Amino acid sequence: MKPSGRRVRSLFFIVGLSMLAMAGCDDPKYMPVLSPQGPVARSEYYLILYSFIVMLLVVLGVFVIYFYVITKYRARPENKDYVPPEIEGNTKWETIWTVIPIIIVIALAIPTVAVTYKLVKPPKVEAATTAAVGKSLTIDVISEQWKWVFKYPGQNIETVNYVNIPAGVPVNFELTASGPINAFWVPALGGMEYAMPGMNLKLWLEADHPGTYQGRSGQYSGRGFAHMTFNVNAQSPADFAKWVQTTQRTAPKLTQQAQDQIQKPGLLNKPLTFSSTEPQ
Amino acid sequence: MNGFANWAVHFFMLDEGPLIWLSDFLIGCATIGIIVALTYFKLWKWLWDNWLTTVDHKKIGIMYLVAAVLMLFRGGTDGLLMRAQLSWPNLHFLNADHYDQIFTTHGTIMILFMAMPAIIGFFNVAVPLQIGCRDVAFPYLNAISFWLFFAAALLFNLSFVVGGSPDGGWTSYPPYVENAFDPGPGENYFLVALQITGIGTIATGVNFLLTILRMRAPGMTMMRLPMFTWSVFITSIIIVFAFPVLTVALALLLIDRDFGSHFFTVTGGGMPMQYINLFWIWGHPEVYIVILPAFGIFSEVVSTFSHKRLFGYSAMVVSMIAIAILSFIVWVHHFFTMGAGPGVNSFFGVSTMAIAIPTGVKIFNWLFTMHKGRVEFTSAMLWAVGFIPNFLIGGLTGVMLAVPPADYQYHNSYFLIAHFHYVLIGGTVFGVFAAIYYWWPKMFGVLLDEKLGRWHFWTFMIGFNICFFPQFFLGFMGMQRRMYTYPAGYGWGIINLISTVGAVLMGVGFLIFVWNVLWSARFGQRDTTGDPWDGRSLEWATTSPAPEYNFAIIPTIKGRDAWWLMKKTGESINGPKGVPFRPIHMPNNSGRPIIMSLFFFIAGAGFIFQWWILAIIGLLGVLVTMAQRSFEYHDHHYIPVEEIEKTEAAAGRL
Repeated sequence: MKPSGRRVRSLFFIVGLSMLAMAGCDDPKYMPVLSPQGPVARSEYYLILYSFIVMLLVVLGVFVIYFYVITKYRARPENKDYVPPEIEGNTKWETIWTVIPIIIVIALAIPTVAVTYKLVKPPKVEAATTAAVGKSLTIDVISEQWKWVFKYPGQNIETVNYVNIPAGVPVNFELTASGPINAFWVPALGGMEYAMPGMNLKLWLEADHPGTYQGRSGQYSGRGFAHMTFNVNAQSPADFAKWVQTTQRTAPKLTQQAQDQIQKPGLLNKPLTFSSTEPQ
Repeated sequence: MNGFANWAVHFFMLDEGPLIWLSDFLIGCATIGIIVALTYFKLWKWLWDNWLTTVDHKKIGIMYLVAAVLMLFRGGTDGLLMRAQLSWPNLHFLNADHYDQIFTTHGTIMILFMAMPAIIGFFNVAVPLQIGCRDVAFPYLNAISFWLFFAAALLFNLSFVVGGSPDGGWTSYPPYVENAFDPGPGENYFLVALQITGIGTIATGVNFLLTILRMRAPGMTMMRLPMFTWSVFITSIIIVFAFPVLTVALALLLIDRDFGSHFFTVTGGGMPMQYINLFWIWGHPEVYIVILPAFGIFSEVVSTFSHKRLFGYSAMVVSMIAIAILSFIVWVHHFFTMGAGPGVNSFFGVSTMAIAIPTGVKIFNWLFTMHKGRVEFTSAMLWAVGFIPNFLIGGLTGVMLAVPPADYQYHNSYFLIAHFHYVLIGGTVFGVFAAIYYWWPKMFGVLLDEKLGRWHFWTFMIGFNICFFPQFFLGFMGMQRRMYTYPAGYGWGIINLISTVGAVLMGVGFLIFVWNVLWSARFGQRDTTGDPWDGRSLEWATTSPAPEYNFAIIPTIKGRDAWWLMKKTGESINGPKGVPFRPIHMPNNSGRPIIMSLFFFIAGAGFIFQWWILAIIGLLGVLVTMAQRSFEYHDHHYIPVEEIEKTEAAAGRL
């Protein structure tokens, strides 16, 4: 009979290694959380990495003691007559393994609190995109059963099941829901936030570079929930401006009929674009 | 007539396809089989007299366990169906509606109808024996608790074939579960069944709190309690504080659905977030309700099979108290993404991390109990030793989840799924299996087979890791819980397939366990000593199984590990020779608890289908049976001395 945890350890070791390997892999398609494409996702990723390393150290420390104890003190025919001593406890050791976890928790708590506060503010615009300093874009997000509606109040544009944003510009997504709760999640750009009826939560996200990132709902909301995916297309600010102009000129106005279609529970087979946010 | 036929077909879900027909067929066969067997072997009277009407804590504990194992089978089958559906992209083995119902029943059954009865079963089996008393403080109430759980479990499982199962997830967040989005009886099944079993659980909490406070043998001070009993004591306190919150949350939601109020709807000015708060104010302590007794079990098992006293007894007690207190101030970590603001999220993030401190203390104390011991790897001990690394992974990923900004990325993802299966299976399920192997001889007088036990452990443990470890990566890859299918091209398919293989292996492990039970019942080694493990606490001082009255003479306790001390000093459990037996006062059996639970069942069905006449009949029945109890004066009897002498002589203890 093998010590029961050996297999766990080797499994953990192998998967831990492959995890590091995969984290190094640059294809954001497969591990979006571990290959962040924006400042918000990046600060979350650093915290994930930091907490993972700290926890890995704890795991290794405990496993060393664990395997030492279960191999050294196994009952064997040779030690049949050994009578274990009756040990009540040991204040020194018990203090040590209370204090060390306290230190670890403090070490984890400080960056945690700092980043938690940081994320409610718009991400700092970095040097590469000085053109966009001071700018930000607000997009209202409404989750319907089972689609995502994006309204650009400043541009008077509405899109369904996809959203275009300028790269390098902080975007303030204002989240609400019509019907059940959903969670708005674009793993490559940052963590999720609930879209709830009657509420209006803010979520700051920003993409470093032009590209297409997949988003989805993170909170179960019924039959069509698994299909609530959308693309976030980050474009260069110039391309984005061009898209806004073209859309305002060529896209149809939102009609009452189209609005009803969107609000009816069900799925859409293709994304929609309108050049107004209120039905005409 | 045609209208009625249509209604009936829909009501009994005959239009839902072969899965339901198969279930109907199997349920029909099982029911007929049981009835025929009971009649053929003339066992109806035996069943009624010995089991259905019993108030004996040992028998109630066994009934809880049987129910828990059946529910493990049901919940496990749900899990396997889900794993089958997810094993490859774009499968249509289940449709969205069926998948939604199955993940809901899987979660609900595993927590409330598997984990809860399993641990409460062991409360019943072990606590009165460990503290040296003859039954719990309120044996009749104990029977009511069990039958309420049983009625609720029956009601909840009925939803699979009658009317449709709930599909809002085991957390059941409004507004999705309000009538507007989720009509039909399914969600009502969830609300009513949990309400009924919740009442039973609150009664259990009160019962064991009082039992441990008031019924200890002379000399058994609080700081001499076996660690399992300590864990039950603290768990009972958590139950008494947490479960009423669930009762309120469920009642408000049921009133919304049945009577059109607007506590949690949005259109009527209700506040869905309030339900989420209430649910988790119960829900987080609930996970400690199922894990603390498992900690208690591990403490007993590790110390027994290391043949050594539990290391750091006081620290163990203090850390359990700390965990209990902290468990009430961490609930917001279940919804960091609900926008509570950085101050609130920071507080609850740090308080959650803090739980790791007392839990770490316990892990080290178990390790140091084994240190310098003589560690015997029996089946029970394998589960305890396997628990440490598995639970460690679960606990430390829990700390990672406690970091709010990181949680924005993990929330509801398969990273979370993997985490809580590591703590709930690696902690509670491993604990329950350890307890089954450990206390089986005490319950049935037979040992489970060690070789099959090892096969059971290794298959299940390896299967469990293959199933859940890859899911951490699915989380990073963006896969969310409760998705009934996913497209190809994300690279999720192969990982899901591996996970499904692991789940099948766990199923095989479960079958080996069932085979072990059957095999051992026929061929297993009989426990004639009552103390097969060279145990330390008082339950091992009795015969296996213990006589109805547990202890012919209540022992006087002189220290921790009471039975160990008695064995060292050569004392007998019946005290010095020549102390005469006296008649023992015991509660009478009663058929009323099961009848009362039948009325609860009827009332529950009334509230589920909104058939108010049925609901009124059920509630009246409950009131009448309660009133009857108030006028019951002859509810106890004395076991005469001759009978005690006969029993003790048969056990060779005179």
